[in-house]
Amino acid sequence: MTTLDRHTTAEAEKSGAARGQDRRLRRELGVANLFSHGFLLLWAALTALPLLWMFLSSFKSDGEILSDPWGLPGALRFENWSRAWTEAHIGRYFLNSGIVVAGSLTLTMLLGATAAYVFARYEFRGRQVAYYLFVGGMMFPVFLALVPLFFVVRNAGLFGTWTGLILVYAAYSLPFTVFFLTAFFRTLPTSIAEAALIDGCGHFGLFFRVMLPMARPGLISVAIFNFLSHWNQFILPQVLMQGDDSKWVLAQGLTALAVSQGYQGDFSGLFAGLTIATLPVLAVYVAFQRQIQTGLTAGQLK
Amino acid sequence: MRHGKYPLIIVFLVPPLLLYGVFVLSPYLQAFQISTTNWLGYSAHADSVGMANFRTLLHDGQVWNAIKNNAIMLAVVPVLTIVLGLFFATMLNMGGRKGRAGVTGVRGTSVYRMVYFFPQVLSVVIIALLWKEVYHPNNGLLNGALRALGLPAPTWLGDPRTAFWCVLAVMVWSNVGFYVVLFGAAMSAVPRDIYEAVMLDGASRWTTLRRITVPLLWDTVQVAWIYLAIAALDGFILVQQMTNGGPNFSSDVIGLRMYETAFGSESKFGYASAIGVVMLFLTLSVAVLALRTARRDRIEYS
Repeated sequence: MTTLDRHTTAEAEKSGAARGQDRRLRRELGVANLFSHGFLLLWAALTALPLLWMFLSSFKSDGEILSDPWGLPGALRFENWSRAWTEAHIGRYFLNSGIVVAGSLTLTMLLGATAAYVFARYEFRGRQVAYYLFVGGMMFPVFLALVPLFFVVRNAGLFGTWTGLILVYAAYSLPFTVFFLTAFFRTLPTSIAEAALIDGCGHFGLFFRVMLPMARPGLISVAIFNFLSHWNQFILPQVLMQGDDSKWVLAQGLTALAVSQGYQGDFSGLFAGLTIATLPVLAVYVAFQRQIQTGLTAGQLK
Repeated sequence: MRHGKYPLIIVFLVPPLLLYGVFVLSPYLQAFQISTTNWLGYSAHADSVGMANFRTLLHDGQVWNAIKNNAIMLAVVPVLTIVLGLFFATMLNMGGRKGRAGVTGVRGTSVYRMVYFFPQVLSVVIIALLWKEVYHPNNGLLNGALRALGLPAPTWLGDPRTAFWCVLAVMVWSNVGFYVVLFGAAMSAVPRDIYEAVMLDGASRWTTLRRITVPLLWDTVQVAWIYLAIAALDGFILVQQMTNGGPNFSSDVIGLRMYETAFGSESKFGYASAIGVVMLFLTLSVAVLALRTARRDRIEYS
């Protein structure tokens, strides 16, 4: 009886201890969860807060910005936006950026896809050399080329022109585009191409009517990638588009706005300009989130 | 394939090759040649001075000061970004409640991932201008909060002791999100049962991260290391827009030195190209070094 009693109490103690341990473990995990969740939230706040602040400040008056940085705007002052849009010419720069990017993106995709297709699908002498020549350009920073590039563009009579910017953007995007699309074209099945050739399709027809449509997912990824990098480009226009400010692109317009804000104290105008420049990109990003994330990261993983 | 492929190869390959040769290859090659001259840009006159530019560079205190800052960035930015990236990616991919079967991310993973990635789609110019306002001594977000808490409000970018670190923090801020997504993609390729086995064996999170996740992701970490190292050697746009190297050259970087030498008041194109050549070799050797020191056996999942 006593032994049994002792036995059961020992058992009970043991299981009680185990339960206690289990509970402690759970509590520790809970604390760990709280702790790490806190960090996740903190970083999310760190990322989102400056952007949210920029957005809210774009509606504030200069007085509100100066007196209370954390306060909410007293009214939705869209006149800040219209002032930035017209007086700081953000509207015009926006349009300029649009024109340049439309041109450079089209050119990049056209030249990139054709070159990549040849590299992926045709055997000819010097293919390897030409391919590595192209792809090697990914390794080098644009910086080294900046000084001579300035003269190359000037001597070609393209300094200060959109055509110059379009050509240069496209040229510097080719390495990555060719690299990415060559890998993509290689994954497409050859049997369809052979069938099309047997059916009397020419080499050009094969590319435009069969291969290009099949490569659509790859084309979209790389187009998004190039769109972002062209739209956000700053160093190239700063060097190649000096002077005539009616042809500037958005990034240049924003820096000019920041400089003039420095001595005019038009804080709300600056925030409105930054918001106008940010919103479309964020909208595109939220809409194509998955593709952009995989597109941008896949490029680095290969 | 059959005859008639050469017209296509020529039509498809010559335009991209031409564009690439003129605007990318030729400037890179010219940079080496220009770096051995005393060319002052706008005049046609340029004498070959051999290695003189490089000798001047060795004794140029400003260049060394800039290189020192880049070296600090090189030591701090990649480590910090990769550690934060790995931590958040781990949380998002398998930080979910333990004890249940399976390994899941925390709740709201996709929202976190979307927010974290925001800075990656923004132009560096916008990031720089926005953070310049966040750091603003009077009406910035940061000092607004500090003042509300009754803490002293430093001048951040106006103080030579803090300016450089403020820029460095923004560099980390803008990069972390990208690597969270990159590491997250790599982690989702790791078979779940490995983690389940580790969990059954009772390993803590820290052990799991150190002994399992990092070794399995080593390839990706290495790629991240190289890209971040190259980014740390640049930093031009952020520094130019936020501090312009100041105050008193405390936040100067080599890219800005080169830009100022070429397109500043003196337009010493020969000397600027020499700085560019040094930058190229620095970048290449850092990339090679990162590859070498980080090399480990490849792991393949059967």
